[in-house]
Amino acid sequence: MSILVIAEHDNSSLKQATLNVVAAAKAIGGDIDVLVAGENVGAVAEAAAKAEGVNKVLVADNAAYGHFLAENLSELVAEVGKGYSHILTSAGTTGKDFMPRVAALLDVAQVSDIIRVESEDTFVRPIYAGNAIATVKANDSIKVVTVRPTGFDPVAAEGGSASASVEQLDVVKDAGLSSFVGEEKAQSDRPDLASAGIVISGGRGMQNGDNFKMLEQVADLMGAAVGASRAAVDAGFVPNDMQVGQTGKIVAPQLYVAVGISGAIQHLAGMSDSKVIVAINKDEEAPIFQVADYGLVADLFEAVPQLEEELKKVL
Amino acid sequence: MKVLVAVKRVIDYNVKVRVKPDNTGVDLANVKMAMNPFCEIAVEEAVRLKEKGVASEIVVVSIGPKAAQEQIRTALALGADRGIHIETDEEVQSLEAAKLLKAVVEKEEPKLVILGKQSIDSDNNQTGQMLAALTGMGQGTFASEVVVDGDKVNVTREVDGGLMTVALNLPAVVTTDLRLNEPRYASLPNIMKAKKKPLDSVSPADLGVDVAARLSTLKVEAPAARQAGIKVADVAELVDKLKNEAKVI
Ligand SMILES: Cc1cc2nc3c(=O)[nH]c(=O)nc-3n(C[C@H](O)[C@H](O)[C@H](O)COP(=O)(O)OP(=O)(O)OC[C@H]3O[C@@H](n4cnc5c(N)ncnc54)[C@H](O)[C@@H]3O)c2cc1C
Ligand SMILES: Nc1ncnc2c1ncn2[C@@H]1O[C@H](COP(=O)(O)O)[C@@H](O)[C@H]1O
Repeated sequence: MSILVIAEHDNSSLKQATLNVVAAAKAIGGDIDVLVAGENVGAVAEAAAKAEGVNKVLVADNAAYGHFLAENLSELVAEVGKGYSHILTSAGTTGKDFMPRVAALLDVAQVSDIIRVESEDTFVRPIYAGNAIATVKANDSIKVVTVRPTGFDPVAAEGGSASASVEQLDVVKDAGLSSFVGEEKAQSDRPDLASAGIVISGGRGMQNGDNFKMLEQVADLMGAAVGASRAAVDAGFVPNDMQVGQTGKIVAPQLYVAVGISGAIQHLAGMSDSKVIVAINKDEEAPIFQVADYGLVADLFEAVPQLEEELKKVL
Repeated sequence: MKVLVAVKRVIDYNVKVRVKPDNTGVDLANVKMAMNPFCEIAVEEAVRLKEKGVASEIVVVSIGPKAAQEQIRTALALGADRGIHIETDEEVQSLEAAKLLKAVVEKEEPKLVILGKQSIDSDNNQTGQMLAALTGMGQGTFASEVVVDGDKVNVTREVDGGLMTVALNLPAVVTTDLRLNEPRYASLPNIMKAKKKPLDSVSPADLGVDVAARLSTLKVEAPAARQAGIKVADVAELVDKLKNEAKVI
């Protein structure tokens, strides 16, 4: 078996999710090559070559891949990937965008968002917002799979063994169907939501965007990332990339603190694998308390400032 | 321009899903079904494009059992002009759905195809991208804004780091995210009028598509249940527990 992992990165650094995907590849077994496609990705390729378990790094460095446009990336991945038994990438928005295109170009099914590997062709994945867990067998010759990073502990970033070889590809695929216009990237010095060890999220109970500052202050004390429910994003309190849930980001930190969030199933789908869950809600009947390890029935406008004071004492 | 919208019949998002005792799937008997929420957003976007004079005709297509015609009628009541039902009782997976939709695209030649980003049952998030690949179109996935401009469409996409805008040549595929719009409700007169709008039925065989599943579901289980923990009296107790009992701070 030979597995091609498509690296997730931002052209300058390798995203941790790639290490989780390599871990999934190791669970399948076989040689693992990593494809780094992007623009000026030398540093990313170097980092990928150091990761534990990686055999070879393939680099496609071209402006056509600079913004990860699915139309271009999928043609590249389908061409490079057709010699492999498995093609894997992380189920982030980039992977979700290009990978089904790869599957269609290869005329194979895709298995989305796996959380476990049972065997080389059998995978476990949540369906119905995590209300059911399906075991599925892929019958096509090439398995195209997206991996939910929280399902797999990352491999070591520095493998210890000799670094993998790095090979430049000169395959340029520009489908000419799409072009990059612009982006609005949320700027934050806080840890990445998807891989943070602690996440504190606010919901509709926060009432407005300004009040999220209270959560940010607590987050900074704990080194946490800040997330949100759909209701808080829809109401315009915070940007879309903070949404945790079935159709937002999936997180599984050591500690998840839900503030003013009721605990709808679509929200739980994104955070119920957290190690410890804390809920702060003034409604003692809120469903979030059914999954919380520690529940505090309180008005968040009193509890959150108190939390900040108490944390200052102990941290 | 003509807009094609794909809508899927799924379990209503408010229903508590139960896994069947024999672990073959989830129990859909006597359960409320509805249009996939992301497809409602797709229909709404098409209707708004028509109201703006950008779209001239909205064709809505659904693949599924006879009952999927309910969801087509809903879309017609919301403002779509005509329906196509691809009738099958088989479970149609994303690649095969994309192939069926491709056959419809070839016949109807829409300038824009709008789908939901994800079905809330399979949680696949694949069909739109696959359709785009099969038809050789560009794709604007997870859209929060769609602006048609001549022979191009600008799509703002909800991505992990924030928002990203791409320009696509038309015809193109768009998949909807939650912030694209807020779907309207169908009024009673429009529900009545929808009953008279044209709805054609075809079979996968008519379209020459083999819908045999490539993925087999071996079993479906309930997730491990999380136990509710304890209630703490105040913030001081909470911090103490986090530090000394759970040891996570
Ligand atoms: C297709 C689809 C996809 C979805 N995807 C997602 C998703 O990915 N993520 C997601 O989160 N949701 C998602 N949802 C929405 C989900 O169903 C809920 O509507 C949403 O999670 C509710 O957000 P909330 O808990 O912030 O708001 P609410 O349900 O309104 O809850 C607010 C809570 O705040 C509490 N509160 C209010 N004031 C205070 C106060 N002063 N102090 C303490 N507590 C207070 C209230 O008691 C209440 O429990 C999706 C829905 C659909 C249909
Ligand atoms: N059976 C179907 N009938 C019509 N549209 C579908 C069907 N399956 C998927 N789609 C479309 O593809 C989108 C994404 O579905 P999926 O890839 O299954 O998550 C849905 O929101 C629909 O717009």
